[in-house]
Amino acid sequence: MTLATLPAAVEKFSTAYESLLTRSSNTTGWLNVLRQQAWSTFSELGIPTKRRGNELWKYTNLQPLAAADFVYGVSGSVTRDQIKVAGPWDDAWNTIVVVDGKFNAELSNLNGTAGLNAGSLAEAIAGGTGDVELQLASLAGREEYAFTALNTAFIDDGAYVAVIDGTELKEPIHVVFVTSNATENRASYPRLLVDAGAGTSLVLIETYLNLAETAQFVAPVVEMFAGERSTIKHYRVQMENEKSFHLGTTRISQLGDSDFTSTSFAVGASIARNDIHTLLNAPGASCTLHGLYMTNGTQQQDQEISTTHAKPNCSSNQYYKGILSGKSHAVFSGKVVVERNAQKSDATQKDLNLMLSRGAEIDAKPSLEIYADDVTASHGATAGHVDRDTLFYLQSRGVSEDAAKAILVRGFAEEMLNEFKPTALNEFVERITDERIPILLAESDTIGTT
Amino acid sequence: MLEINNLHASVVDIENSEILKGINLKVNKGEVHAIMGPNGSGKSTLANVLMGRPDYEVTAGSVVFYGESILGLRADERAHRGMFLAFQYPAEIPGVRPWQFLKAALDSKAESRGEDKMSVRAFSKLFDEKVEAVGINPTLVKRSLNEGFSGGEKKRNEMLQLEVLQPSLAILDETDSGLDVDALRIVAEGVNSMRSPERSFIVVTHYQRLLNYITPDVVHILVKGKIVRTGGPDLALEVEKDGYKEYLAAAGANA
Repeated sequence: MTLATLPAAVEKFSTAYESLLTRSSNTTGWLNVLRQQAWSTFSELGIPTKRRGNELWKYTNLQPLAAADFVYGVSGSVTRDQIKVAGPWDDAWNTIVVVDGKFNAELSNLNGTAGLNAGSLAEAIAGGTGDVELQLASLAGREEYAFTALNTAFIDDGAYVAVIDGTELKEPIHVVFVTSNATENRASYPRLLVDAGAGTSLVLIETYLNLAETAQFVAPVVEMFAGERSTIKHYRVQMENEKSFHLGTTRISQLGDSDFTSTSFAVGASIARNDIHTLLNAPGASCTLHGLYMTNGTQQQDQEISTTHAKPNCSSNQYYKGILSGKSHAVFSGKVVVERNAQKSDATQKDLNLMLSRGAEIDAKPSLEIYADDVTASHGATAGHVDRDTLFYLQSRGVSEDAAKAILVRGFAEEMLNEFKPTALNEFVERITDERIPILLAESDTIGTT
Repeated sequence: MLEINNLHASVVDIENSEILKGINLKVNKGEVHAIMGPNGSGKSTLANVLMGRPDYEVTAGSVVFYGESILGLRADERAHRGMFLAFQYPAEIPGVRPWQFLKAALDSKAESRGEDKMSVRAFSKLFDEKVEAVGINPTLVKRSLNEGFSGGEKKRNEMLQLEVLQPSLAILDETDSGLDVDALRIVAEGVNSMRSPERSFIVVTHYQRLLNYITPDVVHILVKGKIVRTGGPDLALEVEKDGYKEYLAAAGANA
């Protein structure tokens, strides 16, 4: 395939791609083939635009991303203290720190836990650890999707987590993807591969921090394999700076009787997408996908949530909550596909939004595609505001108007905040929410209207 | 304590919507006043206007509480001065626990008075005592405010708030509506236990039955936005027997 000229939005990435090929120390043969295939896919697709009539991007304009320039491969320095201040932290956790896409052993805090193999993805690839060759890009990176292709073309390092069969981890694994401070606009492609063996039990926290003040393009890809009877509690915290672009993809494949729970906390970035898909690939698998998103200013925050029931007797639950203010925009696109032979499936979808301003917009599209006949399914979405009666009730008890508004917004978030179980993580999301609420309220004009 | 003079009020932004058409009422310290009247008489409006509900607009008259005109004050400012409204339909507020909300209420009050906020420990002690006193299920108050509460539980929760906030004037807006006899007793016990020479009550009710349990000092009959008769506790019994027909006919003739 020869293209006379690459589209401008692709051309910008090609120099970086060439430099990766010459610079990367990771010369494993199969990885090179994988990168080349992915680069070829991305070259054809480019950055998605509305113009192409792409349903996935109908409500999200990526023009600001397509128009921006980013440098690749510039890595800065980060300290442990900076990470502790910017994100959740607990010394007891098994923490892997990835700075600008590269595993950083010094900042990581691996406690040598038995049954846990956690560290650099580059090392896992070079050493042929476990099933890394089979697993990497088997869930994300080979399909016709620009951002997983782009990430896969740039696989160099990242984090690798393997939990051996039967291991029940007491402490969470925390993977911190941190973007260092820099004056340039940079691109990074964080990658995480999680292999949870049969009968394992683990908590995995994935945190995106951004220490830069300039626009950063962060396009992470996470692949997780949930073994038979495994229990995974996953948390995703997205704290990019307000100028940045975060286009994250998470793909999970679940074996029989596995239970996967994911709770997302998305507050950062100028344009952000949390695209998560669970494949219920064996009978008895269940998943719960939860999340809280908060937007203000001109932020765009997408939740692209999908589950495929491929086998019988599986259950899925999608439940998201959004708080929108200013002229911000959020999308909830929830999809559940129940395949023909996936009888006795149980699926629920719900998206509730608290609209704090008239200028904010939510596009909520819960959808069910059911090809089996013995299925229990429900879906729904709402967009409401704090009404005058509720506000008056609190005020009549002596709560000041501002405090009453904050209590009501916090009350709306509470249910999701309670889902963040590890103490240090719970305290972190509560603190960020409490800091965020006055900012949201400052841009609010619907509270107390009838 | 409370003096209402020629109070007129309408629904905000709706023309010719006058509901209160010249209310005059004086409540002294320690008194319990019952306001009775048929549906649509303006009883509930009066209760809400006194508390400062923004849905209503006062077009004439005055309300003076402890010597201060309160009509320009917000609901929270009225609460800080000692007023309380028990709602007919308390709002259900997901994610907000009664404990947290009452602490915020007391904190706001302390702040407005330039006083120190109560410590979490002291407040917890107070709260637990009141929960026990009101007989509300302790697991209930750990849940979201009023969410999924039965009618009786909501009213018990209103009484809990009354106990914690210790207002000097409590207005009960048809607190008895939709209650069975047991729940009615709860409300009555709450009120009776809090009666004191320093605290007054305005009990707004359609039916006399609540007044079997709370003996008022003064009973007013409110019809078409005006108090048409004032009397002692016996007046309530009279209304129970004869209904509001006579008053409605008279008010109709005057209209």
